[in-house]
Amino acid sequence: MTNSIAEVVDADAVLVIGSNTTEAHPVIGAQIRQAVGRGAKLVVAEPREIPLAQDADIFLKIKPGTNIALLNGLMHVIIAEGLYDREYVENRTEGFAELQEVVEDYPPERVAEICGIDPEDLKAAARLYAKAEKAPIFYAMGVTQHSSGTAGVMSIANLALLCGKIGKYGCGVNPLRGQNNVQGACDMGCLPGDYTGYQKVANPEARAKFEKAWGVKLPEQPGLTVTEAVQAIEDGKVRCLYIMGENPLLSDPNLNHTEEMFKKLDFLIVQDIFLTETAELADVVLPAACFAEKDGTFTNTERRVQRIRRAVPAPGEARADWEIVQEVMLRLGYENQADSPEEILAEIASLTPSYGGISFDRLEREQPQWPCPSPDHPGTPILHVGRFSRGERALFKPAHYLPAAEQPDDEYPLILTTGRILYHYHTRTMTGRNEDLNRISGRSFVEINPADAAKWGIESGARVKVESRRGEVVVDALVTDRVDAGVIFMPFHFGDGAANRLTNDVLDPTAKIPEYKVCAARVERY
Amino acid sequence: MVSLTIDGRPVKVKKGTTILEACEFLGIDIPTFCHLKQLKAEGSCRMCVVEVEGARNLQISCATPCAEGMQVHTRTERVVSFRRLVIELLLANHDTNCFSCPATGRCKLYQYAMEYGVEHSRFAKYKPHHPKDESSEFFNYDPSKCILCRRCVRVCNNLQANHTLSLKNRGPDTWVGLPFDKLFKDSNCVSCGNCVSVCPTGALTAKAGKSYRIWEVTKTRTTCPYCGVGCQMDLLVKDGQVVGVEPAEGGANPGILCVKGKWAYHFVNHPDRLTTPLIRRDGELQPATWDEALDYVTQGIQKIKEESGPDAIAGFASARATNEENYLFMKMMRAAVGTNNVDHCARL
Repeated sequence: MTNSIAEVVDADAVLVIGSNTTEAHPVIGAQIRQAVGRGAKLVVAEPREIPLAQDADIFLKIKPGTNIALLNGLMHVIIAEGLYDREYVENRTEGFAELQEVVEDYPPERVAEICGIDPEDLKAAARLYAKAEKAPIFYAMGVTQHSSGTAGVMSIANLALLCGKIGKYGCGVNPLRGQNNVQGACDMGCLPGDYTGYQKVANPEARAKFEKAWGVKLPEQPGLTVTEAVQAIEDGKVRCLYIMGENPLLSDPNLNHTEEMFKKLDFLIVQDIFLTETAELADVVLPAACFAEKDGTFTNTERRVQRIRRAVPAPGEARADWEIVQEVMLRLGYENQADSPEEILAEIASLTPSYGGISFDRLEREQPQWPCPSPDHPGTPILHVGRFSRGERALFKPAHYLPAAEQPDDEYPLILTTGRILYHYHTRTMTGRNEDLNRISGRSFVEINPADAAKWGIESGARVKVESRRGEVVVDALVTDRVDAGVIFMPFHFGDGAANRLTNDVLDPTAKIPEYKVCAARVERY
Repeated sequence: MVSLTIDGRPVKVKKGTTILEACEFLGIDIPTFCHLKQLKAEGSCRMCVVEVEGARNLQISCATPCAEGMQVHTRTERVVSFRRLVIELLLANHDTNCFSCPATGRCKLYQYAMEYGVEHSRFAKYKPHHPKDESSEFFNYDPSKCILCRRCVRVCNNLQANHTLSLKNRGPDTWVGLPFDKLFKDSNCVSCGNCVSVCPTGALTAKAGKSYRIWEVTKTRTTCPYCGVGCQMDLLVKDGQVVGVEPAEGGANPGILCVKGKWAYHFVNHPDRLTTPLIRRDGELQPATWDEALDYVTQGIQKIKEESGPDAIAGFASARATNEENYLFMKMMRAAVGTNNVDHCARL
């Protein structure tokens, strides 16, 4: 997030796109509702009537996969009506002419047609956002998990820049990170082309710095992403996977293919707290301690670094992930100097400018947001104030709308989109062990519009078969107008009736993120 | 700044500071039932009254701003006798079967009754209680323990902004209920449990609440392990087991949690947890010692590295593990294995 969560309570208008906030990030959802209670206007753009849609002043129920058309449409209206921030565009941005040229092609009537919304609602939403002084945009996987995900994110940034809403209190571009420490895992350089703090592997200076600090020669070529690594198993390029605390055999797209790939591996190491779907296929399983059994830090979606603390002993012989990795490294012939989470964090701080001022000692008193380059630096609640990382001016990166890779046709006439529900988390490794939660929601289901349900003779509660070109699953039907006709929704949490047996593994060319949010499917009574 | 004295102690505070906040600053304990520091003062319970020289009536400290030259007394006879009256009025209608109450030990009514020496009420019970609602999967509601402080109502409406709980009826008939007298399970309740966390008595209690008494648990401040919001919370631990979670105030969470953060902690002590390394032998995963497993891991990695080079190995780090663990994992792949094939599930 460019800004901080607590700022939303002061907002004049809030734009939520591709985020089911009250279910997937409930405590931010609650704060958005607090803002609405204080009089903030709310615009929600989503293919489903999510709970937050009921709080919205304008709900844009868009067709899955049409975010970029919508965002371009909003910018079209804002430019046409002269509502953009001329001074900001002039002084702090580059490439306005190119943006203007692209969004010119998105008049409200065309956008309304593509997105399946009322053009007047689009205009009203554009005016609300542009005219509000404090207006944050929140987005999540509904924007990113598309074959055009990167362009979607750029389009959000374009919109915020156009209206002068980056680098200001109560505004910004605010991605909601899904997992507790996904921000931290990125910051720590668990990315094929980056060391910590996004220092590039391809940059010889950065590489030399880490070679010196670590006392070894480091590989020069950026590596493979998760999605590319799974593909590389196919042609024998990747033979061994070491997986720490992940369950790709439920979270990967096109699971049947992933499963086949994993079975081809020569050696699979899984380190986890439970015997997950992935661990069941492993050659060796290492038992790990969970968050309550170890010390360390997590970095949240607003870049705030916070402590976790050991409260209970780990069960049996389970060990903290850092202890296990430390042991493996030692046996591979590499001896670490740091020998506790506190010392490891000190090593991170010494190599990572944005974490330079963060230490266990300081975190006892305050929880700063990075960049926090030195012990006396207060941290950075708002990014890009007065200056962007590329310099004084931000560059507009306009993009045209491209339909999702797979469109419905006669054979597979429905669009399947996936997401989360309030009562479960990711692959249910943790929440699935809570019987109370399972009693509220314990089985996979598919949401289907009453018109479609009638067409295929499906009643709520009936078992139905959902099929795509990649697989089929049998789940309960939930007949509801939360989804429009032509669209079905499934949560991806459940192993039995796994939505990811159906999803499309086509990738965004830049971010290599799969298109979980749109694929063609069909349903029938089972 | 405003200068005043409290119990004879001079103090300077920012304009707009309430007497209660100034007392907190000085470390003077003021009893409260309804006060929720994240929200504007409610001023309904009257327990926090203090005496201000020159004022005709006792003042509620939570809603009275400090003024220049004010002389405040927090424990005069008049104050104490008023607080006793408040407790007696609340006790009159309170089910005092404290033996079986999950709130025993943390109940503010119990605590203040002891502190102010109130053993019974002079007043008669004046209304029947509404029936219990035990329909939620996670908590119970017992209106006979409710003191109408409205903390639950305010946290539900103003912080969670879910509008499930409200005050119903007026005067002596007032009670906390749900729209159309629905049960929790049939309402729009999202089971966040924030009402339970703020209840000062045994009216709203965790279903698991009887498994521990507050003096048996230790609290450990930590960060929620679920989504990326990063809510701060306290783990309640008894005999090496997590038995409950309370919200704390953090940069990202104003003293509230969601259904997962508040209730979904059972996985920690779950019998399915992996407790020993496993190695696949004869097609089955079988228990092994750490030495065997770690040797097996490193021999496997080294063999493939020798045969196909380091890039035949890929590592997936974890968005669930700590920064320190991810850093070390990344360092292992790059410095010890020798490949940049390291990523995690950010895209999934």
